[in-house]
Amino acid sequence: MLLLSILLLPLLGAVILTALPNSKRQGAGRFAIAWAVIPLAFVVMMRGTRPTPEGGILASWSLDWIPSANISLSFSVDGISWVFLLLTSLVTLFALAISSRFGLNSRGYCALILVMQSMLFGVFTAGHFIPFFLCWEMTLIPSYLLIRLWGGDGAPRAAMRFFIVTLFGGVCMLLGFLALQVSVGTMDFAMLHELAANKELASGVGEALKSTGYGGHYLLTIIAICVFFGLAVKIPVFPFHAWLPDAYAEAPTPVTLLLTGLLSKMGVYGLLRIFMMIFPEVLPGFAPWLTALAVITVVLGAVAALAQTDMKRILAYSSINHLGYCVLAVAAVAASQADRTAVSSSISGVILQAFNHGIIASALFFSVGIFEQRSGGLRSIDDFGGLRAKMPVFCGLMGLALFASLGLPGLSGFVGEFLIFNGVFGLVPWAAAVSLIGLLLTAVFLLRLLRKVFHGPLPSALESWTDLTTRERLLFVPVIALIVGLGVWPQAILHCINDDILRMLNHLLPSS
Amino acid sequence: MAEALTPHLPQLLWLVPLLPMIAAGVIAMLPNGCGKLASKVALGALFGSCLIALIALVCTLAPSSAPTIATAHHWFCYGDEAVKVGVLLDPMSASMAAMVTFVAFCIFVYSTGYMETEQRFGRFFGFLSLFCGAMLMLVLANSLLLLFMAWELVGLASYLLIGFYFKKPAAAAAAQKAFITTRVGDMAFLIGMIWLYRESGTLMFYDGGTGLLETNALESLAAATTCGGLAVSAGASLLLLVGAMGKSGQVPLHTWLPDAMEGPTPVSALIHAATMVAAGVFLVARTHPIFQAAVDVDGASIALSAAAWIGGVTALYAALVAMAQTDIKRILAYSTVSQLGFMMIALGTGGVAAAMLHLICHAFFKALLFLSAGSVIHGCHDEQDIRKMGGLRKTMPKTFLVYAIGMMALSGFPFFFSGFWSKEAVLHSAQVWQGGIGPFLLAVAAALLTAFYMTRQALMVFFGSPRKPGVDHPHESPKVMLVPLYVLAAGAVLLSVIGTPMWQWFEKWMGGEAAEFDGGALFHGHALGLLGVSLAIVTVGVGASWKIYRNLSADSNAPDPLEEKLGGVWGFLVAAMGFDTLYEKAIIKPLASLACVINSIERNIFVPLMAALEGGFKLFGRLTGSTDEKGLNRGFDGVCSGMKNRASSASDAQVGRPQGYLRAIGLGMSVLLILYFWLSA
Repeated sequence: MLLLSILLLPLLGAVILTALPNSKRQGAGRFAIAWAVIPLAFVVMMRGTRPTPEGGILASWSLDWIPSANISLSFSVDGISWVFLLLTSLVTLFALAISSRFGLNSRGYCALILVMQSMLFGVFTAGHFIPFFLCWEMTLIPSYLLIRLWGGDGAPRAAMRFFIVTLFGGVCMLLGFLALQVSVGTMDFAMLHELAANKELASGVGEALKSTGYGGHYLLTIIAICVFFGLAVKIPVFPFHAWLPDAYAEAPTPVTLLLTGLLSKMGVYGLLRIFMMIFPEVLPGFAPWLTALAVITVVLGAVAALAQTDMKRILAYSSINHLGYCVLAVAAVAASQADRTAVSSSISGVILQAFNHGIIASALFFSVGIFEQRSGGLRSIDDFGGLRAKMPVFCGLMGLALFASLGLPGLSGFVGEFLIFNGVFGLVPWAAAVSLIGLLLTAVFLLRLLRKVFHGPLPSALESWTDLTTRERLLFVPVIALIVGLGVWPQAILHCINDDILRMLNHLLPSS
Repeated sequence: MAEALTPHLPQLLWLVPLLPMIAAGVIAMLPNGCGKLASKVALGALFGSCLIALIALVCTLAPSSAPTIATAHHWFCYGDEAVKVGVLLDPMSASMAAMVTFVAFCIFVYSTGYMETEQRFGRFFGFLSLFCGAMLMLVLANSLLLLFMAWELVGLASYLLIGFYFKKPAAAAAAQKAFITTRVGDMAFLIGMIWLYRESGTLMFYDGGTGLLETNALESLAAATTCGGLAVSAGASLLLLVGAMGKSGQVPLHTWLPDAMEGPTPVSALIHAATMVAAGVFLVARTHPIFQAAVDVDGASIALSAAAWIGGVTALYAALVAMAQTDIKRILAYSTVSQLGFMMIALGTGGVAAAMLHLICHAFFKALLFLSAGSVIHGCHDEQDIRKMGGLRKTMPKTFLVYAIGMMALSGFPFFFSGFWSKEAVLHSAQVWQGGIGPFLLAVAAALLTAFYMTRQALMVFFGSPRKPGVDHPHESPKVMLVPLYVLAAGAVLLSVIGTPMWQWFEKWMGGEAAEFDGGALFHGHALGLLGVSLAIVTVGVGASWKIYRNLSADSNAPDPLEEKLGGVWGFLVAAMGFDTLYEKAIIKPLASLACVINSIERNIFVPLMAALEGGFKLFGRLTGSTDEKGLNRGFDGVCSGMKNRASSASDAQVGRPQGYLRAIGLGMSVLLILYFWLSA
């Protein structure tokens, strides 16, 4: 019941918001913030109230929807899902909180964010493809509207591209799963995992689709590629990334934060839960190509960021680069499942990196928002300079987030990247070695940003700027606390997911 | 007190790095006006660290082959693995911790005077504390991972302190350059560390027989081979060496270190001379068993030979460049690079103890030199060009005295200066090396040049007559700056006793043995020969310099006497042999162009591709739309309009008069009743 209320509460909040009288405009933002605290509290409670039950499922809820086709609306939460739920509730709350700082507090805006939160909860807990896909596609509508209606000048075009490309990816994924439904009669993740673990999936597909004249292995590979495409567009992986810089740059800053902090994580989550777990039979065949794509994503994201001057675009390419590490780790696991330690290191790293990227990106985009707000919409690094003299606290906080982003030990970015590189090096050494270029260049463009904006002489136009207000500092506090806290004590996240990772390991490498 | 605290030492040892780190955290929270309080917090915390480090040093004095303390704690777990961290106390870490805390304490005290007028006084001490904490963590780490983390954190502290005067674009650029150049090395370190971890399954140095530096792991690392038949231990240690080269400013990753002099002078003394830049040397010394795990018949391994040669080239290169510099701090910076090269030579040729001895002695006299250079700069109203100084011996006699001690220690004046004996140990190690005579010759040449350029600097700064009108009223520094100089000067002299050929206490202690005094050792043919070489070096170097620079022209714009003799070579040396230009042309510019190319590919290929996809969808939409319009909708419209017509005639009946409706209802009811009765009948 707890799970169901978590799933539906944000939707209910959205309904209440739309029913509010128009005169209460100011109240909408505050109401949404207050409302978003409740799912966060519930998510924390879900873990806090009792010891983890046997099997690792913290909560589940299920409804047989179309029994004849084996379709049920089933949702369940294990440790990994829980970490993503926590991230979703934290980042949504943060986005709502900073939205009202930036004057984005109309009823429609807040309601759409709450709808998106509900759908994200659904994606991260779905146990069957149909509810997963419904929620996955339903996140598109609020995010499209949020970009379109509250974005910059180029927003309509960017929103449209974002919508079309990701929709296209979703359709591919749907086709892949329909093929599975037709051939093996189920789209339930647990059942498909079971089939895959027993190495029956390829043969099952081949058997059922014999009329096509192709073998099961070949067909399953095509299905896997379809699913990968759907997920890759969302993360995004080269060459499906072209929608991202425009969408991130044109969206209002709190929405950009949601796009990179949460929507991209849907893809990462899908890679872990669906792609890696359902297709292990066929992955080694084409995963080297995926590894190459991931390496290109990592390096290309970093190099392209070097050429940008718009802070949002720099951070957008930086996000491509950072999530590239997650894809790299999954691709490496897919390519070679030889080493149990390396696989567990990769998977742990992916989850840690996904969580920490969400938090760090929140801090960074909030900082960009502060620049936009104070300068009336300027975001180019050439528009600023020497601000450390006027805003030492802001410089310190944003600097901390930047250093976390480039993987400084002691801050949260490091352990995830260490685990990913550790795992990838054990599985596909050359990929780890080449990706180091990305890690190096990250430092180059992030420090360049820091230098251009905060260091050097202060332009006279910025003389009147003052440091962060108390309220802005308070907004930074929880994010910075998480960045430092998880950097020193990564076990806080890792212990939540370790049992699930061991289960995944037994599933992927049953012999050992 | 030491005995009472010994049982708690494993816990207390954590406090050595943590106290300054906590101080840094506290200072970060203090409001801006609390500079004095901040400096007190920083000094207090460092004093505590220093005390514990000295107690720890005392505890390691008894000869022992195993580390005194090696702890291991779980940090985090993934899968079936646990990643552990811990602290390690052995002669190497104890001597480093004691040196770092002691030298840092002197520099902290000096800074309270030097930085007095600085508006961000408190911030400065916060950064310094962060640095000390990280550096102490680095030396006390019992795990390669913890060492790496501290390594990166000292890099951060260095970044913050080089860029302390962030309003100066040069300082901001130098900070960025330092961080990124060392990060090149760090990436190699990271991958080397991961490689070692994958092969040995542990990151701990000592862990009850399973650690990296213990026999089992070393044997398996040496036995495993990788591409080209290279032992894993050799491959990984080459990568660690690249990391060390970045941090310790070895050619070709040295370019950041001279630029780092943009930071305040105490920072140059503490971080970019005495401690942090020695971290690379310390890393190689710490992991030396891995470097040595796969030695071939000559007693040389690839990684060790590489270290020896890189060290040799660096030592000579930096000494050559230092000859032609005119900025008082840059000369010292190149001299640091050169001395780090000496330490690398010692490590490469197997003299770990010699390298550590030189590291510790160098820390004292180089910190002393930088601080007295700071005193000179302070006294000359922020003038750093030695061509514009001169004659300061008379106006700043105390500074001159301590500077002379530091300069003589660095140049290797015989017998009474620590630098003489530690350099002697390095030369000895290089001389007996089986791998070749090259590093030894390079070291001898570099030592000779060291004596030369240090004498040049001393002559130009302190002798002759003042060469610039603005600098004719120099003043002596206040006591708070002079006392630390005396202490460091005492160290530069007194440390000479711990490592002479007669009493090789330091070397034996490092190796876990007891040392005995043997006066005759000095006169064994071998030692005596080397002694002769050292004496010849210093005589020739100082003599040549004296001859050239004794009667310097009083004009500050006159060309250097050597410039006329060397011609074009001089310009090449002044430009530090063009490394910066080379990197600018070969790396930075191409990278920027590559970024532009990729950016235009993004804009001109990917975005249009996506636009095409979008266009395709729109076209599809329009096609299906018009099909709907012309095909489906027309039929639909027809049906609709028919329905509409019928409905409108139906609606005519609805006229809105109750009487009419009631009449109709009554009529209908009657008809129904009649029908009912008729049917039921």
